[in-house]
Amino acid sequence: MSLWIWLLGALAAIAALAWLGLWAARRLSGNAPRYRDMSYGVAFGYALALAAIAAGVWLWMKPGAVYFRWAVMGFAVCAVAAFLFRLAGRHLGPERLKRQFRKMPLTAAFGILVILIYAFVAIFAAWIAPHGQEAVLGAANVVPGGDPAMGGDPAFPLGTDRIGRDILSRLIYGAQNTVGLAFATTLLAFFLGGSLGLLAAVVGGWLDQVLSRGVDVLMAIPSLIFALLLLTIASVWADGARGLLTFYMVLIIAVIDSTRVFRLARSVGIGIVVMDYVEAAKLRGEGMGHLVFREILPNAMAPLLAEFGLRFCFVFLTIASLSFLGVGIQPPLADWGTMVRDLAQFINFAAFAPMVALAPLLPALAIAILTVGVNFVVDWMLHRASGLKS
Amino acid sequence: MTPLLEIRDLRIEGRSDEEWHPIINGVDLTLGRGEVLGLIGESGAGKSTLGLAAMGYVRDGVRISGGSVMFDGIDLMNASTEEKRSLLGRRIAYVAQSAAASFNPAHKLIDQHVEAPVRHGVQDRGESIEDAIELYRKLRLPNPEEIGFRYPHQVSGGQLQRAMTAMAMSCRPDLIIFDEPTTALDVTTQIEVLAAIRDIVDQFGTSAIYITHDLAVVAQMADRIKVLLRGDEVETAPTREMLDHPREDYTKSLWAVRGYHRPEKPKPGPESVPILAVEGVTAAYGEQVVLNEVSFDIHPGRTVAVVGESGSGKSTTARVITGLLPPRDGVVRFEGEALPPSYRQRSKDQLRQIQMIYQMADTALNPRQTIAQIVGRPVRFYSGLKGRKLAARVDELLDQIEMDPAIYRDRLPGELSGGQKQRVGIARALAAEPRLIICDEVTSALDQLVAEGILKLLARLQDELGLSYMFITHDLATVKAIADEVVVMKEGQVIEQGPKTEMFTPPHHPYTDLLLSSVPEMDPDWLDRLLAERGVEALGEAATDKM
Repeated sequence: MSLWIWLLGALAAIAALAWLGLWAARRLSGNAPRYRDMSYGVAFGYALALAAIAAGVWLWMKPGAVYFRWAVMGFAVCAVAAFLFRLAGRHLGPERLKRQFRKMPLTAAFGILVILIYAFVAIFAAWIAPHGQEAVLGAANVVPGGDPAMGGDPAFPLGTDRIGRDILSRLIYGAQNTVGLAFATTLLAFFLGGSLGLLAAVVGGWLDQVLSRGVDVLMAIPSLIFALLLLTIASVWADGARGLLTFYMVLIIAVIDSTRVFRLARSVGIGIVVMDYVEAAKLRGEGMGHLVFREILPNAMAPLLAEFGLRFCFVFLTIASLSFLGVGIQPPLADWGTMVRDLAQFINFAAFAPMVALAPLLPALAIAILTVGVNFVVDWMLHRASGLKS
Repeated sequence: MTPLLEIRDLRIEGRSDEEWHPIINGVDLTLGRGEVLGLIGESGAGKSTLGLAAMGYVRDGVRISGGSVMFDGIDLMNASTEEKRSLLGRRIAYVAQSAAASFNPAHKLIDQHVEAPVRHGVQDRGESIEDAIELYRKLRLPNPEEIGFRYPHQVSGGQLQRAMTAMAMSCRPDLIIFDEPTTALDVTTQIEVLAAIRDIVDQFGTSAIYITHDLAVVAQMADRIKVLLRGDEVETAPTREMLDHPREDYTKSLWAVRGYHRPEKPKPGPESVPILAVEGVTAAYGEQVVLNEVSFDIHPGRTVAVVGESGSGKSTTARVITGLLPPRDGVVRFEGEALPPSYRQRSKDQLRQIQMIYQMADTALNPRQTIAQIVGRPVRFYSGLKGRKLAARVDELLDQIEMDPAIYRDRLPGELSGGQKQRVGIARALAAEPRLIICDEVTSALDQLVAEGILKLLARLQDELGLSYMFITHDLATVKAIADEVVVMKEGQVIEQGPKTEMFTPPHHPYTDLLLSSVPEMDPDWLDRLLAERGVEALGEAATDKM
């Protein structure tokens, strides 16, 4: 009950602050248009933001809020890194690239930086990682941080897991496994869904009906449950062969996700098919290949690319969830989803030993940062494709 | 007495590519009480921007960078949001180009009409509804008591435009800004709207700014005309003076456009085989019959104009000829030989012989292909030329449409102006080396000067290459300029056809007569004369008939 009273009181205080601030700003600025035309709602928004900042500072001062301080510091580091990256892009490299960087928002720069770093780590995992992903190195449950006084070990800066494998190395190899598989799956999904969707748009009629209703049937089944069901069947077929099971997993997720791509490609395609230039190509007597790949695909590229980014995130999360449930990427291969599952019980120590609880959060963070980064880039590309320049 | 609206040295900039570009560079405008000022200019001249600025409003991404706008002693540039809110809709009203897009489709007309008077406290809902019916009656809308209780989609385009004018009048404003209110309408509908707007503005002594690109329309409506060119004022003068003695070269060139005329070619001999013969074609979309027993011939080297209002079946005829819509009945013959009904069954050579040029050059050219690719594709597809020979042929085609290959080869359509895009559309049609080109409203989306250039180009190409044209248009001025023969269509049927000179000399079929007399002329008294001839009552009935 007292919480509600607190909340109401805070809201009333913010409302009063907004009214007072607006009145003062109008008086002090001599009724400048900026404050004169500002509505009370906008002033309330400013007051709310001010209150949020004050609450943030107060939380920062509290000794127990370790994770909050880490989050704020992490955010600041990311922002600075993105800014420096954009600054570098604006002054280095060929002129066309520089022009791109000049118009780029900071979020997009951050996203590109994240993608570049992940790609680099994934490709050169074998050279960067200090240990092998499967190597059991003795001491188990070493706390992250590398401080012997806290139960860490300088040889394992991010600690080791329950059976003594280096978490840093497994994170690095995880990029290769998780991201690589997600990329391959998304490519396959786009090849399937994109080509069939555009074909349905161009041909129309019964082919469109058959494909679309088939897709409807697939989409009617909850995707994660469906994937689990199919993977169970596949694991019988694979008969214990790990590589084969992973291949089946890629195939199954690609087919399930291609339904979404099909929908998008078809709807975008239908919008383009009615254009006069497609009609002109049809009347010229052009074949299906030319219509789909030369006339329609280049114009559907922007929404499809944006969808590619989003779909990549979803596929990536699906693989992580499947691995977490134990049917995805099989141990001992390192994978972020599996790592979260393996280290999950350490989260119970969060209240008294923040460093210990960090272990399961690291792979989760790796997933989160890539997802956010890819979405930033996708947003930017969508914005550019929609022609909104403001 | 102070003028109602006074704009001094107004400068407006628009933002694109992260930079501010000038749209209006220092224009002055004075509007007296009860005066109607016509604003004319090509697209991009800044007419609409200036019209909106007269309301103290700019669109997103646009800013006023200097000058002043005084409305009846109120400085709109420095007025607070509250002050503007009390003016807009009540003392200043706006009528947009497309009423169909500007009415909210989810609400009845009357509910949208009463909004302004009720919100501004001028009238209560009951009074406002009565007043709306009165205004509908004054604007000669059919069933004034009931029409307001319909939804926008239940009312025709011309009626919607008048309902919007009534809505603008609802608070009896001092100033109304009309932004191309008749551009999207057919000529016969346009007359009704023009007459209605002029009457009601007269009756209430309202001042108005009338924005249009059509000189003949502005001549009927305005007391004074201001000509704009790329954000600069060219000249301002009272209407009659401006029409009789334009001072500036630019204005003169605008006036001269209407003078383009191409003499009719001699009639073909009796043994001449028509290059295209449409014989008793009936076509339908599903159950809806849109073409009924349409027949006409096109002889080699001649231009046949197909004329009619929107919905008359002109474009459908073109779709039947090209094979996009197989007819239900009848045949299309090319040089005496029956063409297969669907384009899928036609041979490559049959497809090559008939090419199309489209109305909207924006959607007719693939935005992701360069000009060389767009023009080169049909060359390569039909003649199989490759490499250097292909490039040479593309250059030749670009030369034919008077565009420098060195500059334009590698550009994308988005980097061209409207007229240039239309030229590229022509080059693409020429690239197939056709005998017949179907031109579907090719000039109606273009400014008059640019349209004239396209017509001259088409005429020159016809003389050089012996092409035949089927020219689909609703604009009779274009027909007068270039046609040899005219086919008049209405509701899917051919009403009348014959050589141009015969068609333009009386006696006509009554519908042809209605079409011809509805084309605005550059004479300020034309509308008065026409209304007197037809009789105002008859006009009201004509409006009802069109329902």
